[in-house]
Amino acid sequence: MFDLTGKNALITGASGGIGGEIAKTLHAAGATVGLSGTRVEPLEALAAELGGRAHVLPCNLSDAEAVDALPKQAAEAMGSVDILVNNAGITRDQVFMRMKDDEWADVINVNLTSTMRLCKGVIRGMMKARSGRIINVSSIVGATGNPGQANYAASKAGMVGMSKSIAYEVASRGITVNCIAPGFIATAMTDKLTDDQKDKINVQIPAGRMGTPAEIAAAALYLASDGAAYVTGTTLHVNGGMAML
Amino acid sequence: MSDVADRVRKIVVEHLGVEEDKVVEGASFIDDLGADSLDTVELVMAFEEEFGIEIPDDAAETIQSFGDAVKFIKEAS
Repeated sequence: MFDLTGKNALITGASGGIGGEIAKTLHAAGATVGLSGTRVEPLEALAAELGGRAHVLPCNLSDAEAVDALPKQAAEAMGSVDILVNNAGITRDQVFMRMKDDEWADVINVNLTSTMRLCKGVIRGMMKARSGRIINVSSIVGATGNPGQANYAASKAGMVGMSKSIAYEVASRGITVNCIAPGFIATAMTDKLTDDQKDKINVQIPAGRMGTPAEIAAAALYLASDGAAYVTGTTLHVNGGMAML
Repeated sequence: MSDVADRVRKIVVEHLGVEEDKVVEGASFIDDLGADSLDTVELVMAFEEEFGIEIPDDAAETIQSFGDAVKFIKEAS
């Protein structure tokens, strides 16, 4: 249904559960993928699993110069960047009254500022091409808040406001900018929870279970497709009904 | 008319879809030639490519008119 043959997609955080699944899904739809992340081994393993049409582009998103260089490297490796998925993110959870400046700054830098830099870096080529797709992976907590995550929630809400503003500016050039806001998704991070903890989470979710990375990737595939050309500035909430926004 | 001015005028005419005789020295891209702010970004990108130069953001902001562009490019290249 969604064909991305001939499209080149840059995905950050591709070494993680959700990012890896997004990369696999876009690749399966025909896209060439640029896999970015800090850890090289999982990226290379993923590239090997995908076979062709996959490029490993390591990048430390807390290094501003490296972030600025990434879109250029991706365009050199793939020929262009038609789809950008800003999926990488970090957490530094802390009760707000004890949150240190560096815990705040690290999260804002990696989650929000690097997203801004990467958007800027790819839009030039997209403007010339008169088409492009930017998909920013936000979070349910950007809309609902979450205790211990003032920094993370601020970065994820910031992403939504920024995406809407960019969407306004570039809509006339055929470029769409949207967010996906995942709820609780089963990844390596949630595997560490005990069954008791998982049960407590699941009762808050009308669907009665955590989501899967594939369910986030499906949303990314839709937003990346030609079919979503008229969808811009929106946030697609994928959360099993946990917050109906 | 210099070669630089001719090349700049060609880009402006093509990009903004305006008549060639409207593109005079003092013509403001936004006020006189109907550009929006994103058009001015694209014009600067096109100038960079045509002349093989890099126009930093703070300099780009000073290029408001056809005359500004020709002057900047002559000095830069």
